[in-house]
Amino acid sequence: MVDMNYRDGVVTARLFGEIDHHIAPQIRGEIDARCESCRPARLVLDFGKVGFMDSSGIGLIMGRYRMISLIGGKLEVVNVPQNLKKIFVLSGLESLGVMK
Amino acid sequence: MNIVNSMKLSFISKSANESFARSAVAAFLLPLDPTVAEIADVKTAVSEAVTNAIVHGYPDAFGTVYIEVNLTDSGKAVIKIRDKGVGIPDIEQAMEPLYTTSTDERAGLGFAVMQSFMDSVKVRSTVGKGTTVTLEKNIIRSPYGKK
Repeated sequence: MVDMNYRDGVVTARLFGEIDHHIAPQIRGEIDARCESCRPARLVLDFGKVGFMDSSGIGLIMGRYRMISLIGGKLEVVNVPQNLKKIFVLSGLESLGVMK
Repeated sequence: MNIVNSMKLSFISKSANESFARSAVAAFLLPLDPTVAEIADVKTAVSEAVTNAIVHGYPDAFGTVYIEVNLTDSGKAVIKIRDKGVGIPDIEQAMEPLYTTSTDERAGLGFAVMQSFMDSVKVRSTVGKGTTVTLEKNIIRSPYGKK
């Protein structure tokens, strides 16, 4: 699901496994709780260990973009595996400027 | 075009079953020798359709989700995902990218993903009776497709 750490104003959330409509709300809850307590300047979502993702993952990213913007922080999405590129391109997320 | 293999499964509309459903369909396609990309496409599209059935087909109570997969001698997988739920009043609107009736951070991309990842997507729905989504994918290396 997700491992998180906080350092120097940055929350890094390392996602792993499969992200679907069943799992996404649990990941969302963990990330939001950590960001509410730490108020980071930057939230990094690391997709390097995600083996499967449907559009629930896109919803998860868009929701975190809104959440972190509301507390004045920035979102970064990193290490998107090749097999997930197709759904990222389709979603138009690249136009948000969060993909690193 | 003849059917060379087929399977049916049904399960209660719990979100925990989304993973089971896409994995079961993917496993059934393995004898067609699909590429990694083809399997990923099918799993993603099935996940979207099954999630729609669970979230939108049965919004207020659990129901049954039915999946039927037929493999043809031309190397095509035909996957039907059916619910006996509330139905879709306006299919055209439901299929528009970013359209969603959910409040739980769904991106509204389910049908866009199905259309992009599969060769064909058809939707039949009757309000009060349910919805059937038919997905088709040509598996290029399929031994059934070879003469």
